Amino acid sequence: MTQGTMYRSRVRRRRLTGRIFGVACFLATLTGVVFLTVLLGSVVTSALSRPPDHPRYDLVGNGKELTTYLISLAGRFQRSQVAKAGFRAGIAGSLWLLGLVTTFAIPVGVGAAVYLEEFAAPGRLRTIIDTNIANLAGVPSIVYGLLGLAVFVRAFGVKTLAMGPTLWAGGLTLSLLVLPIVVIATREALRAVPKSLRHAALGLGATRWQVVRDHVLPSALPGILTGTILALSRAVGETAPLLMVGAAGSTLRVPKGPSSGYTALPVEIYNYAKEPDPAFAAVAAGGILILLALLLTMNAAAILIRNRYARHARS
Amino acid sequence: MPDPEGLMTLDVQPTIPAAPPTPPEPVLSARSLSVWYGASQALKDITIGIPRNQITALIGPSGCGKSTLLRCFNRMNDLITGARMDGELAFEGQDLISPLTDVITLRRRVGMVFQKPNPFPKSIYQNVAWGARINGYQGDMDELVEKSLRRAALWDEVKNKLHRSGFDLSGGQQQRLCIARTLAVEPEVILMDEPCSALDPIATAKVEDLMDELKSDYTIVIVTHNMQQARRVSDLTACLMLDEAASKDGHRTGIVVEFNPTELLFTTPKDPRTEAYITGRIG
Repeated sequence: MTQGTMYRSRVRRRRLTGRIFGVACFLATLTGVVFLTVLLGSVVTSALSRPPDHPRYDLVGNGKELTTYLISLAGRFQRSQVAKAGFRAGIAGSLWLLGLVTTFAIPVGVGAAVYLEEFAAPGRLRTIIDTNIANLAGVPSIVYGLLGLAVFVRAFGVKTLAMGPTLWAGGLTLSLLVLPIVVIATREALRAVPKSLRHAALGLGATRWQVVRDHVLPSALPGILTGTILALSRAVGETAPLLMVGAAGSTLRVPKGPSSGYTALPVEIYNYAKEPDPAFAAVAAGGILILLALLLTMNAAAILIRNRYARHARS
Repeated sequence: MPDPEGLMTLDVQPTIPAAPPTPPEPVLSARSLSVWYGASQALKDITIGIPRNQITALIGPSGCGKSTLLRCFNRMNDLITGARMDGELAFEGQDLISPLTDVITLRRRVGMVFQKPNPFPKSIYQNVAWGARINGYQGDMDELVEKSLRRAALWDEVKNKLHRSGFDLSGGQQQRLCIARTLAVEPEVILMDEPCSALDPIATAKVEDLMDELKSDYTIVIVTHNMQQARRVSDLTACLMLDEAASKDGHRTGIVVEFNPTELLFTTPKDPRTEAYITGRIG
């Protein structure tokens, strides 16, 4: 093959540019990973900063110590003494909140997404709702805290409707907070279902509901599950709105039901971190590790579910 | 395929006059039908009658509105934002223009096979059974599935793997599965939108043979880009073209330039535009 004289292909230079770009992107990827590792390292070191002290290189001894420490933290209630401090009430509260958010936010969010994607006629109204939901996802969480305080905790001063600083109020506030995330994730999943599937079903004389129930939702399920689990992770990690709607700073009781007072894991971490006694730093760091473990477990579950269904759909 | 065309045209000609408006009580009839997508007119002044138990082919260059016309017959255009119809269109004497038309019942009676095979991501059995079940079929489902698959000439190839995914089949088998799925809801008309364009010649031949068998029980309308196919399978052919007056203004509006028995249209086209198209001079 002969090269036309009109070309100056400069292959070597183009290759070099490509390589430089690749390296730059790799460094960008590394940034996140490096900082996460540094963060984890510092938290773990901090949690281990109490006696018995193992040398840094004793991974097995340190690992054992950390596990025992975290387990003992998970079993104790919050107190002002370092030796008795723990997160039992917070863990119970966070699990309660998780359950409440799951029951409120998922059905409502999935329902709204199905309506917007499958039933609503495109037009000005839908555009307005779309824009609103996109904006809601960007509202700072403290604003949701204020909203929850006014609407759920105080019910605008109507005594009979006011929930007070209970799990109901906290759960509903967090549900509102993650609702836009659930809606957006579900809509993405629904949009990924090919139009030809809907046409095939509608062409047989199916109603929209039959199409959604038997074809669209099952196909979108892995995407919906992944999105909602990520939304739940966000809810579990939130602190600011719970401070507004009255999660207790210190409680010695595990909530008995949704109308009990409560505290949550991140709120307790915040309170320990505020303590002037530096010995509490280890307790706070332990709490962070427990929270991280909970979040990573949930994210892992999301990934597992996605992979499992993805394989299912292909076979 | 043996050539039944000579016989068929003999059969057809006494009942089907050479020019539209056509024969006694067509199953689907359009009179001065126009279709708009938003502000642009996709079809203008279509008058056509689809006769019972015949295969009618719609041919014409790309973008002339063949598929649009086909999708009017089962109101699939409703799914396109801004689509609207004007004029007269009836199925068995029932008006199809009105927004009050029961499209759920209409689409069961007027089935559709799409361009790309689109089986459900379910088992072969479920692919056939689903439409019947949601339409409230009360009979023996196993029997219906077998009957529909046999009718679609697919039974022998799949009878031992009914519970495997529909995606495991080849493209041609998938398209016949889609035909079986349509047959299972017992429609009266089957609309086919370029059903063979994604298939190889062998699979195409199978689907064409199948159409020939099905026409004793069903009325078939097929959109095709393949003029040999139109000639091989159809009894009547409508040739659509872009309206030249509208094209000058930059619009793409389709009109029917000729609607005649297939044999006649391909041997002695009445309209010079048809002749130009079928001889390959335009389109």
